[in-house]
Amino acid sequence: MTQHTGHAVSVRGLRKQYGSFAAVDGVDFEIVRGETFALLGPNGAGKSTTIEILEGYRDRTSGEVSVLGVDPQKGGLAWKARLGIVLQDSGESGNVTVREQLSHFAALYPNPRGVEETIAAVGLEAKAGTLIRRLSGGQRRRVDVALGMIGRPELLFLDEPTTGFDPQARRQFWSVIRSLKDDGTTILLTTHYLDEAAQLSDRVGIIAGGTLLDIGTVDQIGGADARVPVVRWLEHGVLHEERTTEPGRLTHELVARLGEPEGLEVIRPSLEDVYLQLVGSHEVLA
Amino acid sequence: MSRTLALGARRIGYEIRAYFRQGDAVFFGFLFPIVMLTIFAVAFSEAEFGRDADGNVVSAAVFYLPAMLAAGVLLSGLQNMALDIATEKSDGTLKRLAGSPLPVISYFMGKIGQVLVSGILQAILLLVIAAVAFGVDLPDSPERWLTFVWVFLLGIATSAILGIGLSGIPRSGKSASAVIIPIVLVLQFISGVYLQFSMLPDWLQNVASVFPLKWMAQGMRSAFLPDELKVLEQGETWNLPGIAIVLAIWLIVGLVLARLSFRWIRKDS
Repeated sequence: MTQHTGHAVSVRGLRKQYGSFAAVDGVDFEIVRGETFALLGPNGAGKSTTIEILEGYRDRTSGEVSVLGVDPQKGGLAWKARLGIVLQDSGESGNVTVREQLSHFAALYPNPRGVEETIAAVGLEAKAGTLIRRLSGGQRRRVDVALGMIGRPELLFLDEPTTGFDPQARRQFWSVIRSLKDDGTTILLTTHYLDEAAQLSDRVGIIAGGTLLDIGTVDQIGGADARVPVVRWLEHGVLHEERTTEPGRLTHELVARLGEPEGLEVIRPSLEDVYLQLVGSHEVLA
Repeated sequence: MSRTLALGARRIGYEIRAYFRQGDAVFFGFLFPIVMLTIFAVAFSEAEFGRDADGNVVSAAVFYLPAMLAAGVLLSGLQNMALDIATEKSDGTLKRLAGSPLPVISYFMGKIGQVLVSGILQAILLLVIAAVAFGVDLPDSPERWLTFVWVFLLGIATSAILGIGLSGIPRSGKSASAVIIPIVLVLQFISGVYLQFSMLPDWLQNVASVFPLKWMAQGMRSAFLPDELKVLEQGETWNLPGIAIVLAIWLIVGLVLARLSFRWIRKDS
């Protein structure tokens, strides 16, 4: 296999078959070093299967995969030392404290981040001496994130990292991820929060039914048509809506015709709108 | 290799700390034989389990001490190990470790170290309670202590390795105790831990002789009971070489089983 020095992850024709069911059915994408890439899709779309193949947890049926220049099926301990993995769920008994757990995992890596610094980064200073089993769900999730970053990974996998976070914790988490990104960490993220993906990622891939529907930067995905703004206003109490590439001109005409239009809105489709449109049309076809 | 050993040593400390913080396992694995020794010693305080060369009565505490030492080895080793690994497999601990650069050998060093340390503490506690609370005279000959030490070490190693092998059988952490505890319980009843081995029918003694616990209990009896009582054993001998051979065979069986069955995670589950 050729090693793409510029690519942290390279996936070609990836398939994963369970009996006659293809959980992943021919996926191609690449993640450039230093990039934050979000893989989005409904439950059962093949996100977690794909990410677990990249992490080395599952073997693929066919296709080519390279993660930091190594085939995950053959990745040894030295390769694992370069990864950080935040799994989708963790339910460990947690009979150690936050600090003990992080110190322990720090010792597994050749060049770990400082334990106290990492605890502070996820905002658990007040809970450092608490047994993990006594933490709330959101706090445990932050321990998971801290464990993912403790080894100073070159590539960090975040599988639905902020499930159970309150809005403030989520904002704080975003700033942690941005600082990791500033340090040059490559990040592969899956999330159901589209605003999170829009905030953090350079590019997103949308996956449904085991295939990649689209891939691109947050402001380009879905194509130009999906990005056409919508102008909404009320006319004699009736809601009107028009899609136009020239919302300014339409608004101008409305003002000329109606004076100040009631309930005027110019809406640019968010990542969420584009996502729902793409996934929705896929389900109609399927 | 030095990294593997250093991490293994770290795992031992980590495992011991976590072990003694979980209440239920400490009770059922660690304190159980001590509780049982107390119950037997008190319940059968009037009973006579034989006499030594000087005609002194063998009390219930004396008689049950070796049995509970053997039970402790099985519980600390096999039961604790099998339940612990099955639980860690299902709750995501092993999955997390599988994604980290922790060598498998270091992981098992940690587990076996924890079993060894808790097993030794348990044995010391049993001996102290037997001597202090129930007036059991502990052996004064070095040969008997030597027998105790090798039976204990070989027994706990065999139990721990078999525990690793058995940890793969339960499909989930929740079903683990339902699968493992009956095995351990039945073995204790047929191997002369709760019931006097000499009172069991021959065929049941023969069945029990296939499994390691009978031999561990016999080894402990040879270390702690007066020599006069060996007439109650199969063949009227302590049969120390037999004990060593059977335990060694089970140790090897356990190693093969563990090697074949252990996976960090169930791939493609």
